[in-house]
Amino acid sequence: MQAPTKHEIVPHSAARPDESPIGDRLLAVAAGREVPAEVHDQVLAERPVLEIDRFNLWYGAKQALHSITMPIPHNKVTALVGPSGCGKSTLLRSVNRLNDLVQSVRITGDMRLNGDSIYDPRMDVIELRKRMGMVFQKPNPFPMSIYENVVYSLRIDGENSRGVLDEVCELSLRGAALWDEVKDRLHDSALGLSGGQQQRLCIARAIAAEPEVLLLDEPCSALDPIATGKVEDLIQELRGRYSVLIVTHNMQQASRSSDYTAFMYLGRLIEYGPTTEIFTKPILRETEAYVTGRFG
Amino acid sequence: MSSDAMTASEGSKGGRRRLRSAYTNVAAQGEPWVWLTGGALATALAMITGLLCFIVVRGASTFWPQPLELVELVDGRKTLGEISSREQAAQGPRRLVRSENFELTGSHYEWFDDAQIAVSSRPEWATAVERLEGGRFHGFPSRLMHGDEVVAEGPGKTWQAFERLHAAARRRWREALRIDRHDRGDLQRQLRAARLAVVQADLRSGDDSPDYAAARAAEQAVTTRVAGRLEAVDQEAARLRQENAGWGLEFETASGDKQTLPLDGIVHAWQPNRLSWWGKLGIYLARWQEFLADDPREANSAGGVFPAIWGTVAMTLIMAILVAPFGVLAALYLREYAGRGPVTTAIRIAINNLAGVPSIVYGAFGLGFFCYVIGAGIDDLFFKASLVADGQPTFGTGGLLWASLTLALLTLPVVIVATEEALAAVPNSMREGSYACGAGKWQTIRRIVLPRALPGIMTGLILAMARGAGEVAPLMLVGVKKLAVDLPIDGTFPFIHPEREFMHLAYLIYDVGFQSPNSQAAQPMVFTITFLLVTIIALLNLAAIWLRSRLKRRFVAQQF
Repeated sequence: MQAPTKHEIVPHSAARPDESPIGDRLLAVAAGREVPAEVHDQVLAERPVLEIDRFNLWYGAKQALHSITMPIPHNKVTALVGPSGCGKSTLLRSVNRLNDLVQSVRITGDMRLNGDSIYDPRMDVIELRKRMGMVFQKPNPFPMSIYENVVYSLRIDGENSRGVLDEVCELSLRGAALWDEVKDRLHDSALGLSGGQQQRLCIARAIAAEPEVLLLDEPCSALDPIATGKVEDLIQELRGRYSVLIVTHNMQQASRSSDYTAFMYLGRLIEYGPTTEIFTKPILRETEAYVTGRFG
Repeated sequence: MSSDAMTASEGSKGGRRRLRSAYTNVAAQGEPWVWLTGGALATALAMITGLLCFIVVRGASTFWPQPLELVELVDGRKTLGEISSREQAAQGPRRLVRSENFELTGSHYEWFDDAQIAVSSRPEWATAVERLEGGRFHGFPSRLMHGDEVVAEGPGKTWQAFERLHAAARRRWREALRIDRHDRGDLQRQLRAARLAVVQADLRSGDDSPDYAAARAAEQAVTTRVAGRLEAVDQEAARLRQENAGWGLEFETASGDKQTLPLDGIVHAWQPNRLSWWGKLGIYLARWQEFLADDPREANSAGGVFPAIWGTVAMTLIMAILVAPFGVLAALYLREYAGRGPVTTAIRIAINNLAGVPSIVYGAFGLGFFCYVIGAGIDDLFFKASLVADGQPTFGTGGLLWASLTLALLTLPVVIVATEEALAAVPNSMREGSYACGAGKWQTIRRIVLPRALPGIMTGLILAMARGAGEVAPLMLVGVKKLAVDLPIDGTFPFIHPEREFMHLAYLIYDVGFQSPNSQAAQPMVFTITFLLVTIIALLNLAAIWLRSRLKRRFVAQQF
């Protein structure tokens, strides 16, 4: 018979509610109970670009998102934080319906992009995706030149006018703070760029089509600290010009570069408010526990 | 005493422990596995390089002039020839002499026991002659004749005169052949076309129609015009042949027989015992040139293999061009569009099994389907006149197109499997990136997936080409012939004749090596053809690999 060591993990159910660092609300979530989200008033006062409305999503029999309702403010940076597997990326990929590509996905509820229902059966998915830009965890430049990467979304629309393409290319690359580094080798392969440059190229590609929402899925998780710094600076510059929805694991990044922060846990929205409030005086102590790194 | 026992037992314990640790050490470092895997690789490499070296050495040395030995036997018999091999027989050492002069001796090779041989020498004027007909001839030049007139006498003078006159005689001979084959053939084809037009008119509108009468009249006109031209052409050829007639080179063989060889029937003649190294090199290159650029002679056992080189390369390229789009499209559907399910799995297994079907089965299918169904249908629609007039099918028999299609079918599984793997290796993140930009499925495939998968697809194509170029069995059924000197591309309308039968190097190896009446004399030729075939396949593959590496640099650079 071994004596319990101090490193032994105590199951949630065994812990007394008031002693648990993650709090009653999260325990209730873990037990599968319906829990209302705490949404601060400032969020509701903003003009939304995207409204997520009682959105549920299942992968087969497993429910990944539980009745998410949250407005995403116009021309602000909104960060989604939460422990791994809480559904942040799934929510992001639902916005531009990339989850359609996964078989066995089922949804209820809706989202509205500037008032247009995203999950309306009459909605043309391709046209919808052209209204958004997305940047992924790992840089994924296409196997073509830097120039062609940036103007890809115009090319697939059949835009072939040299003047238009040149202008968009320069504007987007300047917008992604990459122009000075690549202006002399626009027609070299994009695969020759460094990881950080590739990620900024992906951002340039995403903003080339003037998206209504920019979706960033942990854009810095595959980058070294210096490249991460540059991409964060870039997100700062995009603030105010684009509506950005960013998923991140990095609390500092969320606190530095976002205007609003939403905390998710096990497929539910727990608390959503201005970043300063979430990080300094959240309504829930569960949120405080997470953003200060005491669990997750 | 007890302490001694202690140490002994401790020692044995320690020994056992060391033994175990030595074993675990070996297993951990994997030394034996390095030897095992390295040994397997070395064995494979040794077999491949051994085979290649054998082919290269035997194939490349065929045309090098060997010294001619005059072998005098104890019983006074004399033979002149190249020593092809020596061996240790039961009765003592013996050597194989390539004696040739088939019309006099009745054999090409002869074995001599060393004990039988009195003297063996290399006489200065011994000459080897490669003739148009009758195989090699070995002897000593004695006189150069023109009719009954003796132009030169004695080996030295005769050889000088031969070297002076031979080239012109050969030029005239070539010109006469060209006239017969090209000019005369052209006229014959015009006649045939006019004749077929008459039959066509008959078939179309009956033999009492104005069409038919017009065709008849046209045929008459062509016949009279061609008859005049034919006469002129024949006269020209006859004049050239007349000029060559009578010129002959008289030889005395080792056994004392005299034989006069027509001057224009001598392809090459050399005196290996007199030649310097550079002289030998000249003969060597001249014989290679003939081999690569000329038509075959003497049941393919001599002369060149140009039509076979042409046929092999053309068939392989057409096959690659046909199989690439089919294979890539099929693999695209399987990988990108078809859902995952038992049906897709079954199809995939079936494709893999197709790669294991014996190639002769594809040949039988090609003959039955392409030649006898599709080809016969084409003949019926477009080439009926030829079928009725000459009983000769055009597309309804084996030909370059059908052979290429059959091989395309044979290599299709290789391309499909390789393409599927290449498509699967395209990272999903690229596809998602493209969709996120608002691209449709086909746009994503065309702009992102295919370029990225292209090097992998090329690998499949290279494998398919290597397999297809070396096939023989199916080709025998669908269009490869022992002799077909008319190339599928020539100067007669419509210039490209994909229905024509063709020659193929791999089939030539089989034909010359195993179907030739005199396989021993043809053996060096077999090695040379094999060497050539291996070289051509290697060159085709190198070209494809070069193309692939260029594509790779463009589309799949290393990340980070």
